[in-house]
Amino acid sequence: MDFLIELLISTLIVVGGIFGLVGSFGLAKLPDLMTRLHAPTKATTLGVGAVLIASMAHVLWDEGRLSLHELLITLFLFLTAPITANFIAKLYLHTEPNLAAKLPSATTEYGWANFDPPPRSGDDEPDSLTGPRRGD
Amino acid sequence: MIAHALLFGFGCFGAGLLLNLYRLAKGPSIADRVLALDTMVINGISLLILYGISSDAAVYFEAALLFAMVGFISTVAYCRFVLRGDIIE
Repeated sequence: MDFLIELLISTLIVVGGIFGLVGSFGLAKLPDLMTRLHAPTKATTLGVGAVLIASMAHVLWDEGRLSLHELLITLFLFLTAPITANFIAKLYLHTEPNLAAKLPSATTEYGWANFDPPPRSGDDEPDSLTGPRRGD
Repeated sequence: MIAHALLFGFGCFGAGLLLNLYRLAKGPSIADRVLALDTMVINGISLLILYGISSDAAVYFEAALLFAMVGFISTVAYCRFVLRGDIIE
């Protein structure tokens, strides 16, 4: 039984390490920011998750008590990873020069979010929330 | 067996930190650098937790939690500063 638990903990640590390495390698290797954004935010979160589960299993096996710190860290990382990714994507959309010119023209009347003004309606959101106009 | 797995994990996350450092130095845009810093924080959290497993001390989990919070806040603050020129408007 001890052997099986040790095997479980070791496997989780190794899988977490491989996921973390793949995420960081993708960050260094992939060609542009939108593809780079996808590698670490998914793979590294999975890697940290596996390591945290390994740590919980280790404390449970070694000391016989349930450790909840790790769940707190996992919850926090899972909540904040998409917010961070969204912020960085927004940063890219607003700072990359000539990004709007590279887009094909939108086929609907609404245009592209962040680049075209939204359609007008009476109770729409205020002007301060709209992005920069195309051609500014 | 756990000691060997821990060694492997330290190696993986250490190599990951070096790859992030390469991206941080190379850029090319400011968003790449922010993303590299954010990933460095996540790899640092993993290293702290692995060290906590290997040394059987509970302190490192508190450190990892603080690290996660500070990393998130700093990424959001950096993005807002570049986008708006101000952090709290």
